[in-house]
Amino acid sequence: MSKAQDIIKAAERRDLRSRWLLSAPSLLIIFVAAIGPLAVVVLYSFMVKGDYGDVKYWQFSGEGWFSVLFERGLFDDSISLADAHLSILWRSVKISIITTIVTLIIGFPTAYFIATRPPNRRDLWLFLITIPFWTNLLIRTFAIQEVFRNEGVLNTALIRTGLLEKPLQIMFTDGAILLGIAYVYLPLMVLPLYASLEKFDFRLAEAASDLYAKPGRVLRRIILPMVKPGLIAGSILVFIPSLGAYVTPRVLGGGKHLMLGNLIELQFGQGRNWPLGSALSISLTAIVMLSLLVYVRASSKSGARSHG
Amino acid sequence: MRTHLTAAVSALALCSSLTSAHAEGVLNIFNWGEYTSPELIAKFEATYDVKVTLTDYDSNDTALAKARQGGSGFDIVVPSSTSLHIWIDEGLLLESRPDQMENFKHVDPRWVDVPFDPGRHYSVPWQWGTTGVSVNTAVYSGDPNTSAIFLDPPPELVGKINVIPEMLDVMDLTIKYFGGESCTTDEEVLKKVHAKLVEAKPKWVAMDYPSIEKYTAGDYAGGTNWSGGAFRIRVEAPEFVYGYPKEGYPIWMDNVAVLAAAPNVENAKLFQNFIMDPENAALISIYARYANGIMGSEAFMPEDMTSAPEVAVPEEFLAAGEFSVACPPEVNDLYTRIWTDVLK
Repeated sequence: MSKAQDIIKAAERRDLRSRWLLSAPSLLIIFVAAIGPLAVVVLYSFMVKGDYGDVKYWQFSGEGWFSVLFERGLFDDSISLADAHLSILWRSVKISIITTIVTLIIGFPTAYFIATRPPNRRDLWLFLITIPFWTNLLIRTFAIQEVFRNEGVLNTALIRTGLLEKPLQIMFTDGAILLGIAYVYLPLMVLPLYASLEKFDFRLAEAASDLYAKPGRVLRRIILPMVKPGLIAGSILVFIPSLGAYVTPRVLGGGKHLMLGNLIELQFGQGRNWPLGSALSISLTAIVMLSLLVYVRASSKSGARSHG
Repeated sequence: MRTHLTAAVSALALCSSLTSAHAEGVLNIFNWGEYTSPELIAKFEATYDVKVTLTDYDSNDTALAKARQGGSGFDIVVPSSTSLHIWIDEGLLLESRPDQMENFKHVDPRWVDVPFDPGRHYSVPWQWGTTGVSVNTAVYSGDPNTSAIFLDPPPELVGKINVIPEMLDVMDLTIKYFGGESCTTDEEVLKKVHAKLVEAKPKWVAMDYPSIEKYTAGDYAGGTNWSGGAFRIRVEAPEFVYGYPKEGYPIWMDNVAVLAAAPNVENAKLFQNFIMDPENAALISIYARYANGIMGSEAFMPEDMTSAPEVAVPEEFLAAGEFSVACPPEVNDLYTRIWTDVLK
């Protein structure tokens, strides 16, 4: 009896060992490629800043983290909340939220339209949605700049048709950043929304209408709750890259207003404050993690409801 | 021209005792983007039978970070005057003694005893220029020679100004606008600088690295600019002028140095000597439109280059120019915080 158990135990142990051995390469890659660099950034954020960039190795200080949230007065020793960093954080969050809403407003009807086409035509529409992904983000951003510019397509068209007398200044404004990011990330909203809408049984909507529900009510009470997972996934997929956007504010925003990505770049470049840059990067990662947690909780809740 | 080339080559052959002229192989150059004359490279390759590779960078800090990591394989780097001392202090450069090289006699004495490399033990002049302002005279016809163009812009220019986001350049121009010294920590001056920048920023349309096209297409009608960039704009659109701020403006120089970790030291030294030859230095300037600091190179440049007001600083503005130096780390910190506050 005990012998048999020993044999089983030994087999289990062997099994476990071989599992570990088999997964070792992927664990190694995860450690080296994901956790390793992140650990370096965390380490750097706690070191003393070097005089001309870089850090002073193995000299630790909390100054980097302190400066994320607090600042000493520019011209006196008073300590206050880092107004500049908080304003930049707030601008990033604000632009990301508005971008998410804009892509939602444009993306939902688009996804709905595709999902209600005959099945053999849907692939074509989806294909058209993914075309922008063939081109690099930077090139797309420069391309849309040609639309927004004072001498660009949009302004020229508006002036030619007599709707405007002089060009509308779109370039180099927060509005341009917003439109630019929304344009670039729109497919990330459409695709998960479509995935949810495709599974939606439109007979339910018909049934609701038959029971005298007005279209708005059908949307609110029937369609939206059913596609909520796709809606949340799309929002997260747009919100996260918007938060760290670097190219768009630089090219379309004209670099006048920093977003978080630009602030981090400034610290690693001209600011020569790598610990602060590292601490800001970790803060950004933390914000992204938090929003992901919200997503996981929200989607698991809605999943439970649909099963119950 | 031909005879001159031969003369130059034989002169180089003569100095073989100094630089060991026989050096086949490769040379890896790490330089600012859009800055290296392809003709110059072709000529160097043909002269010494060396294969040259060229890699670009866009800021001193990027180049520094890469060189610090080591193992880059680069031989030549071209740091600005404001960062050269960091490279020297950190031991990243080889003391290649350009001052003992054959062609050193061509270096303008003005550029020999420079504060960032006294006596030129490490570096050779590449190009130098100034930071001033570009103005479209069709939009604003007043005096362009003032930092007020971007700090207190005339109504015609409001909303059409681009400021290059080089923190130290902008800080320096603004500090001088209020009569301060470069790298000052004088609170009174810095308070004014901070307030002025905060007040002026809404009047700017962008803070971007200058694109010639945005000036000529009318997106920008004025703003801070580098002399060579302003020159290229004027060639495209003659209504643009370059202004030398009378309150004071920075002069800078980029310098060719050999990395301490250079795999091809002899070729790198040959290159340093090569570009001090006036004819070769002229090639550098013809490409990037900046002056080079080598005497006699004007003879090999086209007329529109040597007489250009962007290159040959007019007499009356000479005094306002001051060579920009690197500010100490704590000053850089203070400026970064002011800068972040302006950009928030």
